Formats: sequence, C-alpha cells, structure tokens
Amino acid sequence: MDFNDSPEEAAYREKARAWLAENAAAHRAQFGELKPNTPEHMAAAKAWQATKAAAGYACITWPAAIGGGGGTPIQSVIFGQEEGKAGLGYGYFTIGLGMCVPTVMAFSNTETKQRFVSPAVKGEEIWCQLFSEPAGGSDVAALRTRAVKDGDEWVINGQKVWTTGAHYCDYGILLTRTDPDVPKHKGLTMFWIDMKDAAVECRPIHQMSGGREFNEVYFTDLRVKDSQRLGEVGDGWKVALVTLMNERLAVGGSSGPNYREIMSLARELTGSTGPAIKDNAFREKLADWYVQSEGLKFTRFRTMTALSRGQTPGPESSIGKIIAANQMQELANTAVEMEDQYGILVDPDQAPAEAAFQQSLMWAPGLRIAGGTDEILKNIIAERVLGLPGDVRVDKDVAFKDMPTGR
Amino acid sequence: MDFDFSDDQKFLKDEARKFLDGRCGPAVVRGVLDHADRAFDKDLWAAVAEQGWLGACIPEAYNGLGLGRVELCAIAEELGRAVAPIPFASTVYVLAEGIMAFGSEAQKSAVLPRIAAGELIGCLATSEGPGVITASSLTTRVENGKLTGVKIPVTDGDVADMALVLASEGGKPALFLVDLKADGVSRETLKSLDPTRSVAKLTFDGVAAERVGEAGQGLETVQAILDRAAVLLAFEQLGGADKCLEMAKDYALGRYAFGRVIAGYQAIKHKLADMYVKNEVARSNAYYGAWALNVDAPELPIAASAARIAASDAFWFASKESIQVHGGMGFTWDVDCHLYYRRSRQLSLVAGAPRVWKERLVSQLEQKNAA
Repeated sequence: MDFNDSPEEAAYREKARAWLAENAAAHRAQFGELKPNTPEHMAAAKAWQATKAAAGYACITWPAAIGGGGGTPIQSVIFGQEEGKAGLGYGYFTIGLGMCVPTVMAFSNTETKQRFVSPAVKGEEIWCQLFSEPAGGSDVAALRTRAVKDGDEWVINGQKVWTTGAHYCDYGILLTRTDPDVPKHKGLTMFWIDMKDAAVECRPIHQMSGGREFNEVYFTDLRVKDSQRLGEVGDGWKVALVTLMNERLAVGGSSGPNYREIMSLARELTGSTGPAIKDNAFREKLADWYVQSEGLKFTRFRTMTALSRGQTPGPESSIGKIIAANQMQELANTAVEMEDQYGILVDPDQAPAEAAFQQSLMWAPGLRIAGGTDEILKNIIAERVLGLPGDVRVDKDVAFKDMPTGR
Repeated sequence: MDFDFSDDQKFLKDEARKFLDGRCGPAVVRGVLDHADRAFDKDLWAAVAEQGWLGACIPEAYNGLGLGRVELCAIAEELGRAVAPIPFASTVYVLAEGIMAFGSEAQKSAVLPRIAAGELIGCLATSEGPGVITASSLTTRVENGKLTGVKIPVTDGDVADMALVLASEGGKPALFLVDLKADGVSRETLKSLDPTRSVAKLTFDGVAAERVGEAGQGLETVQAILDRAAVLLAFEQLGGADKCLEMAKDYALGRYAFGRVIAGYQAIKHKLADMYVKNEVARSNAYYGAWALNVDAPELPIAASAARIAASDAFWFASKESIQVHGGMGFTWDVDCHLYYRRSRQLSLVAGAPRVWKERLVSQLEQKNAA
C-alpha cells in the first residue's frame, strides 16, 4: 500500500509536468489573470484547449485518430492532477466532452462524427446537454418538449431548464418526446441541435445564490433534419442513459472553503468561552469534516488504484457528491454562525474570507440537487451498488398523455 | 498509486474469512455470550495461534511470521466481521505492538515468542474510573519497582498473563510491564456491555513492575501504542460495519410488508445507502491508517485518529440501524444484530472514546498548521 506512481506513471507525470511548465507559462503570459464567465476568459479557455489537443493532452483516453491522446484512464487522471496544480482548470468543455460528444460518437454516422468530434476536442465548439425540464428533473423521462415529424424534418416546441452554459454553447443534444401515446420511457427521441438557431432562445436563470450560470432554453418551431437524430425514433431513453452514465463523474468535485479555511477562520474569531478554535463543539465538527474530506480524497486514491491496475473502479466513487454537497452546507453555516452578528454580511470587502462562506452557504442547496439530488443518488447506491429493488413505478404502463401531472 | 490490498493480501484476507466462517460462526460467539464463566473461546484462540496470526507481525527472530502491518489489518477486518470472542486485540495490537515499539531487548525476548506461540495473553490497564485518565488523576503508583493500585476496567484482565500498566513513578506517569501471575495481583471479573469480550478489575498490592519506555513518558507511550492499536481496531470496526450492512440488506430483501419486500421502500434504501457511504469513508481512512502504520509514518497520529473516528462512526451507525431494519426481530436475543451493537460499543470505548480522538485529531492538525 503506497501512493507512488508506477515507473510508467512516473514517466508520464514527468513528461506532463515538463510540458505544462513550458506551455502553462506561455499561456499565462499571453492571457494573464481573467475573470471567469467573461468573453476574454472563454477565449483563453479555447486557446488552452487547442494547445492541449495539439499535444495529445485533450481527451487523453480517446484514440489519436479522432484527435484524442490515445492514452489510458490513469494517464488522464495524472494529467488532470498536474493541470490542476498548474492552476489551469477550465470547466467549459467538461459537459460537452464528458457527456455530449461521446453520445454523438455512439449514435451518429461517420459524416456527423467527422464534422463534430475534432472541433469539440480542440475547443472550437462547445456542447451542452438539454435534458431537464420544469416537469422533469429527477424524473427526466417525464419531459414534455415535443418533436413532431414533418416530411424529412422534425418540428420542436418546448422548454428545457438548468442547462449549463447554453448561452455560450454552439451545439446541444436534446431529448424530446416524439410519441405521447406510449409509456414515458418509450416515446423519447434524441437529436443534436444548433444552439445558434433563431428558434432557440436562452434565458439565464436568476439563481437563489444571485448568480446566473444556468439557463432556460425555449424552442419555438425549431426545425431539425431527421439526419440530426441520434439513435432510433423512440430509443431516446437508451441514448440518454449513455450520456448520464458519465454525469456523476463530470459533476463530482466541489469547490469552496473546506476544513482548512474554517480552521483559519476559527483561529481569528472569538467565541463565547474564548477563541473560537478552542470551542469543543466546533472541534468535534472540525474532526468530522476532516475525516469526511480525507475519506473522499482517499476514496479517489482507491479509484486511481483500480485504474492503475487496469481494473474497472468499484462503485465507491458514488459517495462523493452526497458527502461534498452536504458538508459544504454544514461547514458554511457553522462558519457564518461563528462570525455571529457579522455573519449576515455578504460584501467580500467586509465579510471574513472575502465572503467565501456566505457564498458557499447560498450555493450549497444547488449542489445538493445538481447532477442527481441527494435522494436520487441514494437510490442509485441502493439499487446499483447494493442491488436493492427499484421503486414501484405507477406510470410504467401508462401512456405518457394519460399520466397524472398535478396540473 | 497502489492504495488497496495487494493480491497476496487479498488472498490472505479471503483465507482468513474462510477460516473464521468455519471456526467462528455465531454458535461460537454465543458460546461466550451465554456463558458468564467463559471469558473467551479457547478452541478458537488455539486455532488462531496455529494459523500464526498472533505472531503475524512479530519478527522471525522472535518466532513470528514477520509479515507487514497491512497483512495484520486484513486479518483484523475479518476478526471484526466475525465478532471473534478472543483476546486478540489486547494481546496483539497492544502488548505485542507495544513491546515491539518500546520494549527492551530482554522484554522482547521474554514476551514476543510466547505471544507468537499462543502461550501468553496480554492486556492494557490504564483506566481507574469513569472519565478520561490524566497525569493528575492517576493514583496507581510504582515505588521501588513495586506496583500498587486499582485498575478498572481492564479488557481481558481476568485471563491475561501480562499487563501493560500506566502508573505514576516519582510523581510522573510511566508504563510498566507486569506479570499478572505474580503475588499481589487480585482480579475480579466484571459485567460488560459486550459479554463476548471480558473485562476485569485488577488490584495490585506491591507487585513487581518493569518499566517499558522512558521514565515520565507514560502518557506519551500509551498514546503511541494506542495510535497503532487504533488503526487495527478500525479494521475490526470496518469488518463489523460491513457485516451489519450485509445483514440488514439480506433481511430487507427477504422481508415482506404491505405486499412487497421492504428493501424496495426508500426509507430502507436510503438508510442502507447511508450505511454504505459511512462504511466507504471508514474504509478509505482505515487504508490510510494502514499505510501510516506499516511504514511508521510521521502522519500516524493523524491517520490513526481519522481511521478511528470514521470507523467508530460507521460501526455505531450500521449496528444500530441494522437493528432498526430488522424490526422487532432485531431486538431479540436470538438474532445476531445485538452482537454487533455490543461489539461496536466495546471497540469504540476500549482505546478511548471517539470524542477523545476527535480532540487528538484537531490538536494534531493545529500543530501541523503551526509548524
């Protein structure tokens, strides 16, 4: 039991480090420090993705013939670690390359693949995933966006919600209802669409955190060719499962302050019986957070070990988001309460740690829902890991149009 | 990255499980549970000695197998899963590990070969009453090499041949090796929350005692021994927690209520998912502890604390919620749930309760940050 790279892994890491040292410096010299979610930041991200693609460091596990690196999963993990250490993690491509483009590759013809895969790998085009709807979140198969066949085309009307990056994406994969007369899972069909089409309208969602990172996307008589269909008519659920298989890996990690930051805060603040860091109730919580955080870190090491041994990782990584999201919420709230009356302030110029805890507090509810709610993730662990039965499906044999909707 | 048991270690673990399935079934555990006069299962103890487990980490020079600590962790996990009713932890994790780490050459020669041969049971005597023991609360003392005082409770104290005893000498705590067969030792068997592991009150009246480790460093020496034991105990706790999850799952899959198996209800599914999450957090922390123990890393105090906290939490949660899933059946003497509920308490209390370890963890983190 150790944490060392195998000789091959060490050699790869050394190579990746050397490459990053040279290219990250050049990249920084060109673009400098930029604010996320600005056009300049996006331009820098695209340039970095192109640089990586040219060197075989974009989509490391994909074949070189389609623009990937022709490498192994453990190499991909190693490069990700080194890229993170170099401070160069751009998130814009994660959903497209992690979920959407693999779906396109699995279910489209050669011509479509040739058209889209390479530009996506190079960061020239960005993809989004259009599944969730106001009436279908956890139960995404209850979606209502309608696609109706019209000659060689389909006409699409409806609304998606919580689409990450829809406003800057070029293309998307869209799950629609093509047959409301059959049970919900059987009447779905997947398409790829052009997000810049005039019939597609993105409206940012004003989140409770104050930010606008997600979108509602409206389709009004959007016309797509039948050749844009991914998979067979009525097979959309099967196609969607291929996409979703990768979702938990893509959403996985969380940012925001952790046990180290709250420890620093507690050192500076005064509690009711002395320094806040000396408060026993706080120290117990701190110990629990440390144990959870380290537990997740070492669980990732176990996953890496399986990859390193050429094995399929076990299901243990499924615990990640439940723990991270709930800890974020509890830790943020403890910090805010520790600040006492001052905790109500959210101005980064006034609140301790530049208001990181207040921001975390307001972001955490979203993290507990995004990419599988706590409840859905527990169902997944119960059903797929522990082998317990699925829920009773009262809508299993009911035509979609006859399903109770509550309104 | 190689952060898991190796194939050889997995093989050892599988063999240990098969061995314990055959030699340490519920009937064996209940044999000790239901008979107040049985402190442990002597046949199982002899068989475990025969397997070489008692001397697994004892160097070959002292007639042990000279294996690494990760191998011992694998065995510990299986012993915990089987709620083995034997003084393994007291003898191996505490006495053998303690003497290997702090004993003189003479002490090693006197103790280790006998442990490896299954001829010597050990125990650790620190507690003197309710609450945490400190330098100022310590009343047991050694004067002119003679130990006097009362230790209560001492796990396996009624059957042990030798004890490591915390006592003050010249006003400062130190650790002593004491032959419990010597004159001046009296023992009283006590009732325990977990009757599958015995506890006793030991009274010392001028008993010969040999110091282990430095003078005046008793608390530090005990803590260093407990750091090592905590990792091994964490694997026992993990084994128990995994077994609780399995038992609850199997029961839920076979029990019908309201026309279907209860394993299909989300209240049950989510409870079992919560157990799984805690067990995996415990496993990952325990693995880190195993690494630190095996290479004697400077991170051991932090790694051991985290392993103990996570494993205590996981086993407590799994053992109590497994009873809940079993419903009324789980509350009966005849169903095995309570064996694990009892053992989860025994393992969480025997080397200092989780609260103490949480404080130890945080003070270590403070020191690390200050450094």
